[in-house]
Amino acid sequence: MKELLSGNEAIARGAYECGVTVATGYPGTPSTEILENIAKYEGVYAEWSPNEKVALDVAAGASFGGVRVLVAMKHVGINVAADPLFTLSYTGVKGGLVIITADDPELHSSQNEQDNRNYAKFAKIPMLEPSDSQEAKEFVKIAFEISEKYDTPVFVRTTTRISHSKSIVELHEPKRSPIPLELVKNPSKLVMLPANARKRHPIVEERLGQLKTFADEFSENKVEINNANLGIITSGVSYQYAKEVFPDYSYLKLGLIYPLPEKLIKEFAGKVEKLYVVEELDPYIEEQIKAMGINITGKDIFPICGEFNPSIVENAISPSSKQQMKEDTSLKLPPRPPNMCPGCGYRGIFYVFNKLKLFVAGDIGCYTLGFLPPLSAIDTCVSMGGSIGHAMGLDKALGDEAIGKVIAVIGDSTFLHSGITSLLDIVYNRGSSTVVILDNQTTAMTGRQEHPGTGLTLKGETAKKVDLIELCKGLGVEHVRTVDPFDLTSVEETVKEEIFRKEPSVIISQAPCVLLKSRRVKPSKPFMVFNEKCNGCKACIKLGCPAIEWKNIKDVSKTDRLTSDNKKRKGIAIIDSMLCNGCGLCQQLCKFEAIGEINA
Amino acid sequence: MPDSNTNILAVGVGGQGIILASEILTYALMNAGYDAKKSEVHGMSQRGGSVNTHIRFGKKVYSPVIKEREVDILFAFEQLEALRYFGFLKPGAMVILNNHTVNPPSVSLGIDEYPGDVPQTIKKRFPNFHLVNGLDLALKIGNSRTANIVLLGVLSKYIKVEENSWIDAISKVFPEKLININIEAFRLGREEG
Repeated sequence: MKELLSGNEAIARGAYECGVTVATGYPGTPSTEILENIAKYEGVYAEWSPNEKVALDVAAGASFGGVRVLVAMKHVGINVAADPLFTLSYTGVKGGLVIITADDPELHSSQNEQDNRNYAKFAKIPMLEPSDSQEAKEFVKIAFEISEKYDTPVFVRTTTRISHSKSIVELHEPKRSPIPLELVKNPSKLVMLPANARKRHPIVEERLGQLKTFADEFSENKVEINNANLGIITSGVSYQYAKEVFPDYSYLKLGLIYPLPEKLIKEFAGKVEKLYVVEELDPYIEEQIKAMGINITGKDIFPICGEFNPSIVENAISPSSKQQMKEDTSLKLPPRPPNMCPGCGYRGIFYVFNKLKLFVAGDIGCYTLGFLPPLSAIDTCVSMGGSIGHAMGLDKALGDEAIGKVIAVIGDSTFLHSGITSLLDIVYNRGSSTVVILDNQTTAMTGRQEHPGTGLTLKGETAKKVDLIELCKGLGVEHVRTVDPFDLTSVEETVKEEIFRKEPSVIISQAPCVLLKSRRVKPSKPFMVFNEKCNGCKACIKLGCPAIEWKNIKDVSKTDRLTSDNKKRKGIAIIDSMLCNGCGLCQQLCKFEAIGEINA
Repeated sequence: MPDSNTNILAVGVGGQGIILASEILTYALMNAGYDAKKSEVHGMSQRGGSVNTHIRFGKKVYSPVIKEREVDILFAFEQLEALRYFGFLKPGAMVILNNHTVNPPSVSLGIDEYPGDVPQTIKKRFPNFHLVNGLDLALKIGNSRTANIVLLGVLSKYIKVEENSWIDAISKVFPEKLININIEAFRLGREEG
């Protein structure tokens, strides 16, 4: 049977077809749909772990018990999971353990574009890289076979263009793993004390040697000999781009990108006159091939930054094709960045931060959009959970200078991911920062996934819901307050009181994500601007709400140049009733009572 | 089947149903026996940002993204977004434009101006131009949310795929209770758009 699947859906299907019964991960673009899809298959236990390290630890445990287990995360998630990762390379596995790293060249939705192929070499773990959805499914199955045969975790690396592209896939029936399920003690392999680990390291090196031999014979390292003058070594989506523009060149398409097939590469190099390596991001393959003593062209003609496309590959190798590029980009168009939704509970909080001119230590989630004007109220964003540490560091560095000026802001899911320990640090090390937890009852940015504070699991079962107030108090924060983010006066008062307090404090902003159909209260009636009262002061515009537009008076009819009490105005605000969901923030800002409910 | 592939670029604003319409299109192409690929970027683009989806089909498709200046059909859900992707179009490309505007933030804030008379600008450069009042048509059948499927119906007139392949695709993608209204929307676009 044929089906149209994204790379992520295909990975989930592949795991199901080869008998995976446990899957773990933490949401992160472009990896999120892998877990969401695998959770739908019967007989698979799938969980959103609180963070990626927990996900990998749980996966390791499941593997030690003998099941096949898949763990999926975005590229920066591997950084969080790196601690167990490197040592799991030493312990090896029992049931197959496959780790998906979903990289994001071009930073479509990430804070960096690190190349996680380097992790394979660094942790001495083999890595496969599919170039379309069909391969994504098949490579997952191959990865499990390699994992069990060579007693190692195995990486499958995707990129945004593989994860989020759909192509046609042939489906198969699921087969069970041959490994027996049992609890077997094996301390010399699983207890990585120095004495044991020291003995495991040579085994890792020996395994790498075996994998190198395997790589030379691996059927997914494919040689296509066409034009003998020009050869391209490539993998993943780069293969598709190159094949699109140079269908007649010769190719060595690598399915296994760590370890590399040295013999095969040398043979291929011997068959072509001129050799190129086409790879996005780092010169990862290039450096290894150069170390083999082979002359190859790569990053001296290809960019290191950003993702490729067929034009970039074509222009790099054959610059004569560059002719008409860049012609007519004369149209200067207003950008259209993403924005917080109309009615979003975050908007009022950031409005207040902006008004109070605070230095806002920020974090990762929808609220990072508070960076954009007119709210312009995010001043740092580095890593998951980083905001709280930033505030603490600023506090310790600046002392009294920071009092009343710095605040940390973090979402509920991000706080539970890696903010708890940082808050503990503030309490323990006598900090005095104020942390605002934006509790919108979901992991919003990645598409509304469950987490330990939502009361539901990935499989849809009810779960014990963590109480954020009690959690913060339990960590030792004595001043924990809640606010309704739609009440601007109360938000401002609360923030002002807490930022001047010389003790740790937490403000929890409580409002579910407006896109969360199951939990939100029914939206209120949309609001409107009473045209004759609006004097065009732009106070409401400062909210940056997509539903409010300011129109210059020259674009409005002549009769509208004056307000009802004959005051001149430069323009008027207009509310789009299709977008407005009646949150009422703009009404609180209007001094002229020009905003009210429709039909009021 | 011709050797060369056909490239469709669907563009608009997050929330307009572009990704769903593209999904149905790609299913219909698969149902009709083509090799087909679709590529887009999720995540940040969902929140009212600029969205683009690449759909390619033919005998054998390699790259999931379209090469610059190789777009055969621009399928635009919003006026300004149509202009943004001019540089990707082949000379002589066809443009299907939904007669709809959504102000980007800088326009709402009164900093930038929304470009004037977009349909005319497009028509001058690409005479093979089809303007559709997607929302008006959708309201004819009483559901503004079906505008994307009305537009898909319009697009379907220019693609060699039998009607039943489209209907199967719509039936696959929507939940049971929304299938009939969307088939109605699709047919309206195919006949009247």
